[in-house]
Parts: sequence; structure tokens; C-alpha cells
Amino acid sequence: MSTTAIIEVEHLKRTFHLGRKASVAALDDVSCELREGTCLAVVGESGSGKSTLARVIVGLESADSGTVRIAGHDVRPTTARRRLRERAALVQMVFQDPQGSLNRSLPVSATIDEMLRAHRPDLDKRGRRARVLELFAEVGLTERHADAKPAALSGGQKQRVAIARALAAEPKIIVLDEAVSALDVSVQAQVLDLLKRLRAEHGLSYLFITHDLSVVRDIADDVVVMRTGRIIERGTVHEVLDDPQQPYTRLLIASAPRPGWKPQRGLRDALMGADA
Amino acid sequence: MLKIDGLVLTVVDPDTGHETEILHGNSLELAQGEALGLVGESGSGKSMTLKCILGIEPDGARVDGTIALDGTDLLASGGDALRRIRAEDLALIAQNPHGALNPVLPVGRFLVEGMSDARSMGRAEARERAADLLRQVGIADTERVLRSYPHQLSGGMLQRVVIAGAISGDPKLLLADEPTTALDVTTQAEVVAILDEKRREHGLSMIFVTHDLDLAAAVCDRLAVMKDGEILEIGTPEEIRDRPRTDYTRKLMAARPMLYPEGHPAAFLAGGAGPAPLREGGGGNDETDRINGEEAGA
Repeated sequence: MSTTAIIEVEHLKRTFHLGRKASVAALDDVSCELREGTCLAVVGESGSGKSTLARVIVGLESADSGTVRIAGHDVRPTTARRRLRERAALVQMVFQDPQGSLNRSLPVSATIDEMLRAHRPDLDKRGRRARVLELFAEVGLTERHADAKPAALSGGQKQRVAIARALAAEPKIIVLDEAVSALDVSVQAQVLDLLKRLRAEHGLSYLFITHDLSVVRDIADDVVVMRTGRIIERGTVHEVLDDPQQPYTRLLIASAPRPGWKPQRGLRDALMGADA
Repeated sequence: MLKIDGLVLTVVDPDTGHETEILHGNSLELAQGEALGLVGESGSGKSMTLKCILGIEPDGARVDGTIALDGTDLLASGGDALRRIRAEDLALIAQNPHGALNPVLPVGRFLVEGMSDARSMGRAEARERAADLLRQVGIADTERVLRSYPHQLSGGMLQRVVIAGAISGDPKLLLADEPTTALDVTTQAEVVAILDEKRREHGLSMIFVTHDLDLAAAVCDRLAVMKDGEILEIGTPEEIRDRPRTDYTRKLMAARPMLYPEGHPAAFLAGGAGPAPLREGGGGNDETDRINGEEAGA
């Protein structure tokens, strides 16, 4: 495991203005780093700013201030094709809903072919087809799946296609935004195993956005806990889940159903007191 | 109080006449005051079972078998009798609370209209009853919430309103369909605790549909594991967890990622968190005793 940071985020601020007076700080002085070859989980509830952080890191959104450095290069939103392509070769993103990156009327292989056209100009049509099938095999799918339309695939299979699509750009980093949250548990376990295998085989680094602490335990090395735009606790998965220091982290943990868990009213007040 | 026998749901394609069986002859019984969890993955038929009880199966579907509520077969009764049963004896808490609420009415009106004896009450009394219902589900600023329209309230707040409404109608059976799935985890914990407490206080029977085994185990007396339109097994949460009778249940239990796969939860959960951490049974002992930690790690 390397200690070199492949993503460095420093003092990121992003405020959304909701009206003339109302505004919300989605990112309020956020600093964190993703160590090369590891998985950093960003945990939080809705409105915590975790998705905004992911979008700023991949350049889908701009920050008001602060810096994002990926492999030593500053990231800024751009519309320049060359810059976008360079960044895409470094960072890919997988979303909760794989449907968004698939064309309903084309076989799912088309989305990967498109990616290869952009990132592998050395391949001709036949070479791309061979690479598509290679990528499908890597994510546990076959030629039959490659030639199917999205509607014919299950949610788990579509998410595998989305992962294959990300891999097609041969990135160093994949940002996964609730990528396994919508999957059934048996499918979720398989996709998590796939992600772990791909990470080891390709030396990938993951920024893993999730609300699910059990998933964090399963795949992450480090974790930051976000609440209302701020990182309120950070550490290794072991430190944060086994010995949480912050009341809010404790509330998140105590709220998550697990074997033997019983719901209890007033947990927020009991654990957070005046901070609630 | 509820007895489902040989429930078969068949969907007929209107164009081709082709028939697909969705539920394959399921049977289950629910005692007065009992909570039964229907657990399974997507497509297992858990929500469809609930729809059959409510009589809101898809268009063109055929339901066979019997669904008897206190001796009355819901499938055999038609028209007004069935409408009355659905309105008075069944209460649905769906995943999306907006379905239950009228977007152009303040939630106070929703609560008042749902009261079984609303007609015999004066405005002020009905208003006070509605406020009291909200206090019971943990809402303190009742005046503001009663005046609010659904779109002005958060999902967790709305789901509390729906629970308050469901209980005020004094139904025989609560039907909860993934009632907390769309909520943040800390909100889910509070809302499910409220649902559990109110259900027990009022002695209501409940069918609780969820994909989350641990959540179902926390609020149900028995669990029915469903797969592909079939109930595979029914047992207490302990039986399902510790002595699953089918491979599928075993696999389902093992597939869940575990927050504490080694069985040693964070120390604060066992009582180091200051005032009132978790009540008995919610702490660490159950987890250290359980057997499926090893399986989950495999």
C-alpha cells in the first residue's frame, strides 16, 4: 500500500445559492486525500455534501475556492476536449443509476465502444470489439450481454457494464457515487467483490461515496465522515468504525440496523445532546 | 386474525392473453397483535403480496386463493363491503409518503379526515386530536406542521404524519411497504422506532415488507423469506438467523456486508456512550453470540 496521495483536496468550498438570501454550504473547507492504490470512503447522509465533493473532484462541478490535485495536476472544470479527455484517462465515475450512461436503443457494448474510440485511437473496429469482449469478461459478463439492449439486463448486470465502461478509459482512479446502493444484497456482494478484484489487478484507487457503513467496512481503507458540508471525523476504517470519537459518527453507527439491533426513540438526543 | 391460503397471482398480457404466475400459492397466518416481516430481494413478490391484501393488484391480474381478515374473505367480498374493509381495517404505510397525502391540502386536514369519528367532533377538538397524534410520533412544533403542505416537509416528517394517520384510523392491520427505505439512516432509526412503539401500544397487527433482514428482525415477531414469488420459510428472527432451513436464506444472510464482521461492535454501543446508549437487546452481546459473522467474512 502506497502512502503517495493520488488525489489531494485542500480547503474546498462550494456554496449553492437557493434564492436571494438563502444559501447552503455544500462544501465548507473540505480537505482530504486519497492514497494511491487504496479506497477512501466518503460517508454521510443526504445533504452532507458527499456527492458534491465527488462531482468537484471529477470536474463536473466547480468549487468556489480551494484546490483539487489529481496525480499532481490541478483539476478545474473545463470544456476543452483535450483537457476533458486527459482527465477522463485519469478519473472515471460510476453512478448509482447505470441507466444514465446507457442508450436504450443500442446494445450496451456501444457505450464501451464509444469510450474506446476516445481513449484508444490505436484500435480499429475489430480491435475495439475484441477489447469490448475482454472488458466484459473482466466484469463477469459475456458476449451475449454485450449485444443485449439495456432493458434486457438486470440492475447488477447494468452496473457491471458501467464498471467495464469506466475501465475502458484505463483510469488510475474510479469515483463511485452510491454505486452499489440500489442493488439487492446478493448482487451487491458480488459487485463489491468484483470491485476489490479489479482494484488489486489494475492498481486502481477508489473514492467511494456511500451512506452505508457496512459497505465501508467491506471495501474501504480510510474513511471521512461528512455532515452539512464539513468533514467531522476521519481515520482508517478501523479507527472510525470501531472507536468513533464524534457524537455524529456514533449516531450513524448506532442507527444502522445490524444483527441484534433494536430501534430506540431519541437516539439522536441521547448521543448528540445539544449538538443535535 | 389474517389467514392467507394458497394465494396465486396471475398477470395476463392484454394483447397476447399470455399468463404469467407471479405468486405461486403462498399461505401464511398472522395472529392479533403480531408483526410479520416479508423479506426478500427485488422480484421476490413481497410487495405484490401486500397489493393482493389491499386489492390493488395490477390491471388484468387474477388473484386466486383466500385472504381472510377476521373470517371475512377479502377476495370473495366485492363492492361496498370490500371498500369498507379497506378503508376501516387496513392502513398502508408505503415507501413514498406522498402517495398517501393530498399535495394541495395541509397535513392537518389529512389527519382530521382520517379520524374514524371525525364527524362527531368540533373543529377545535379535531385540531387538538391531530396535534396530539403528531406529538405521539415525536413532532413537537405541531402547529407549524398541521398548517404545512406535504411539499414543505421532509421525508422523515411526512412518514411520521402517515404513521400518525394510519394509527388514528384504528385499523386492524398495518401494511408497511419499505416504509423507511427512502429515509436517511438516522431518520430511519427514529421513524422505525416510532412505528414499532405505536404499533405495540395500540396492539396492532402488522405486515412489514423490506429487503433489510436486520431491520425486519428488529421489529417483527416472525419473518417470511420470499424468493421468486414463493415463501421459502417462515420463522422467528432467531430461527431465520441461526437455523435457516433453506440454502437461499443462508446465502442471503451471508451476503449482507457486516458492520462488525468479527462480532465485536464498537465499545460505545455496549454502554460507553454516555446517557442511555442502547436499550437491552440492542447492545453488543447479541452480536458476539451470533454465528453468522464467519459466514459473512467468507
